[in-house]
Amino acid sequence: MTVPLPRTRLLAVTATALLLAVTASACAPGSDDEGGGTDTAAADVETDVAAMGDLTLTVWDQEVRSGQDKQLDTLNASFENRYPNVTIERVSRSFEDLNRTLRLAINSDDAPDVVQANNGRSIMGAFVEAGLLRPLDGYAEAYDWEERFSEDVRALSSYTEDGATFGEGNLYGVPQTGELVGLWYSKPKLDELGIEMPRTTADLESALQTAARAGEVPIQLGNKEGWPGIHDFGFVQNQFVPADEIRDLGFGVEGSSWTTPENEQAAQTISSWADNGYFTDGFNGFDYDPAWQNFAKGEGVFVIAGTWLLADLSAAMGDDVGFALPPTGESGEMAVTGGTGLPFAITESTEHADAAAAYLDHITSPEAMTDIEEAGNLPVYGAASDTADGPQADVLDAWGAANEQGAIVPYLDYATPDFYDLLTAQVQDLLAGSQSPEDFLSTLEEEYTSFTGSGG
Amino acid sequence: MAEPSRRTGAPPGEPRLVGYLYALPALLVFAAFLLWPILRAVSLSFYEWDGLTQGTWVGLDNYLAVVSDPTLRAPFVHALVLVLFFCVAPIGIGLALAGLMSRVRLRGMAFFRTVIFLPQVVATVVVGIAWSAIYAPQGPLNDVLSAVGLDGLATAWLGDEVWALPAVGLVGTWVFTGLCVVLFLAGLAKVPPALYEAARLDGAGPVREFLAVGLPALRGEIAVAAILTIIAALRTFDLVYVMTSGGPSNSTSVPSYEVYDRAFVEGEVGSAATVAVVLTALILAVSIGINRFAEREVT
Repeated sequence: MTVPLPRTRLLAVTATALLLAVTASACAPGSDDEGGGTDTAAADVETDVAAMGDLTLTVWDQEVRSGQDKQLDTLNASFENRYPNVTIERVSRSFEDLNRTLRLAINSDDAPDVVQANNGRSIMGAFVEAGLLRPLDGYAEAYDWEERFSEDVRALSSYTEDGATFGEGNLYGVPQTGELVGLWYSKPKLDELGIEMPRTTADLESALQTAARAGEVPIQLGNKEGWPGIHDFGFVQNQFVPADEIRDLGFGVEGSSWTTPENEQAAQTISSWADNGYFTDGFNGFDYDPAWQNFAKGEGVFVIAGTWLLADLSAAMGDDVGFALPPTGESGEMAVTGGTGLPFAITESTEHADAAAAYLDHITSPEAMTDIEEAGNLPVYGAASDTADGPQADVLDAWGAANEQGAIVPYLDYATPDFYDLLTAQVQDLLAGSQSPEDFLSTLEEEYTSFTGSGG
Repeated sequence: MAEPSRRTGAPPGEPRLVGYLYALPALLVFAAFLLWPILRAVSLSFYEWDGLTQGTWVGLDNYLAVVSDPTLRAPFVHALVLVLFFCVAPIGIGLALAGLMSRVRLRGMAFFRTVIFLPQVVATVVVGIAWSAIYAPQGPLNDVLSAVGLDGLATAWLGDEVWALPAVGLVGTWVFTGLCVVLFLAGLAKVPPALYEAARLDGAGPVREFLAVGLPALRGEIAVAAILTIIAALRTFDLVYVMTSGGPSNSTSVPSYEVYDRAFVEGEVGSAATVAVVLTALILAVSIGINRFAEREVT
């Protein structure tokens, strides 16, 4: 038989627990550091790493795919060779694992010196706001990084000191690679169907129709994870909405709107593609990787995906695969979702900021870019497409053209901290037909304006 | 110092404070690894905190949001749906199977028991990956459906807002049925054969016999099974993480996943702590409720 706690005892225990909880909560969590991080003026930058004495740089990265992994190892080794007093302790994790653990690590006393921090508001923006990353403008001047990185590229790693405005302000990171979301196509399939590579939206739609009638999978899509849908939607949006407007929406600029006629056209178009069976059957229950792997095996005519598939697709398909920028819509103006690989940033708590900056300079040097290109990836600048061939030449040309025309627009999920979760779910709904294009846009508008505070 | 009270019914021996000294090491471990984290979670739940900058005190706002915010309410509703699949179904199937298996004397009984229990032994992540493959649009389940001419039913199970949650739930049924069967078989084994005989002499058929003799004897086991499976349903994380990541369109989000997502992905640590506290309280209440119920029935 159990003896029930007398009511008074129970009360006393509850009261004590509550009291303890309140005591524990008396100190608000988190540090009250000012945002922005410690600035270093160009004149104070020490570039002579050899004179800094023995030191260890801890670097957290996510370059785990085969080509990228080797490239960074090589660069680390050549940095250590150049400066024998420096030891680089490399910690690599997958993209997801890095994002999950970085938040905790960067706040601790022994945070890494250099970290790869995703550009968006939820990672880099939050770190800047909390004053956990150093502005790199002084280093950029000392090392002449403005020569290296185009304005579009720098904007993607720029925030104001309070982390509130994205796309301008201080520079907080430098990337090694570029990234574009475009159209991968299978050359043999296009030949079989007797269609030319589409350059306009109208041509693309008729190509999709031809492919569907011939019983092919027009666009391979595996959207179980949700994020691939963002790329497919962005790809369609690029063809209808002016690049400037998309850029403002991506950076979360106040006053921009989702409920425009152009966005409505984009939403209606992609939803009609889903209705017409232009995507893989059951795409919302199908994983991303098997989808592009099926394409690589010869199933499907197109895949809407990023240049990060370059190494894998060209290994599997050789010259049978091609890459193109999104077709242009009625305006004829080009826009393409893209950006950079995760930028490398310097943490506020590092004791070797100058050495870390020299390291960033080293891994984004012109020689490094050559290594990256040779490893089958897309270097962020200085790509020489005349030495490459096949799909890599396509990708390098596309990157060059997009940068030259200022056509690169940021990922849509950068807009607000919650936009990624919202957009993934909303695109799944839109494509499944359980959400109308109008409702889809008004849901996005609601979250967007409540964050940017414009109120419409 | 207060005079120790000498109530009747108090434990024998002299009550001395030194007793606490003996318990101290265990108490310290308990405090450091359980009590402190729980109190810290409770305290965090009163803040809006992104995990990086200074948090702001919001009082009970986070708790109100659990009730008023549909994106926070939905995970709890989903968890209750999972209770049907993790608890009600396995206990029902478990009772039927145990009733059958305890009646027939079959060669290789141990083998069948092992097979039914096997899903319990496999790591949940492995179970989740295996079932994801089964549910895939071109997976075995749809193949079987089209092989028997039911193409119309084939769908992307985990990508369908209606079917994703039941699909995840069914995996729970598959996993926990084995546990229930083994528990119930053990319970039935301790029923004296004389009771069955008496029931049979009174003219009871197999079903009646089970309902009158077997079922009452299993009360304790059912309570244990219910507590274990309900807790498992409410705190489901790994299956959802591996199979759907809460999607499509959050139709399979559950409280534990929401805790992880808010704390580590979205940077809403206060809200995450609140969901965790509410979930803990809910599980505690359910366990106490079932315990009370089971004990009352026994006496």
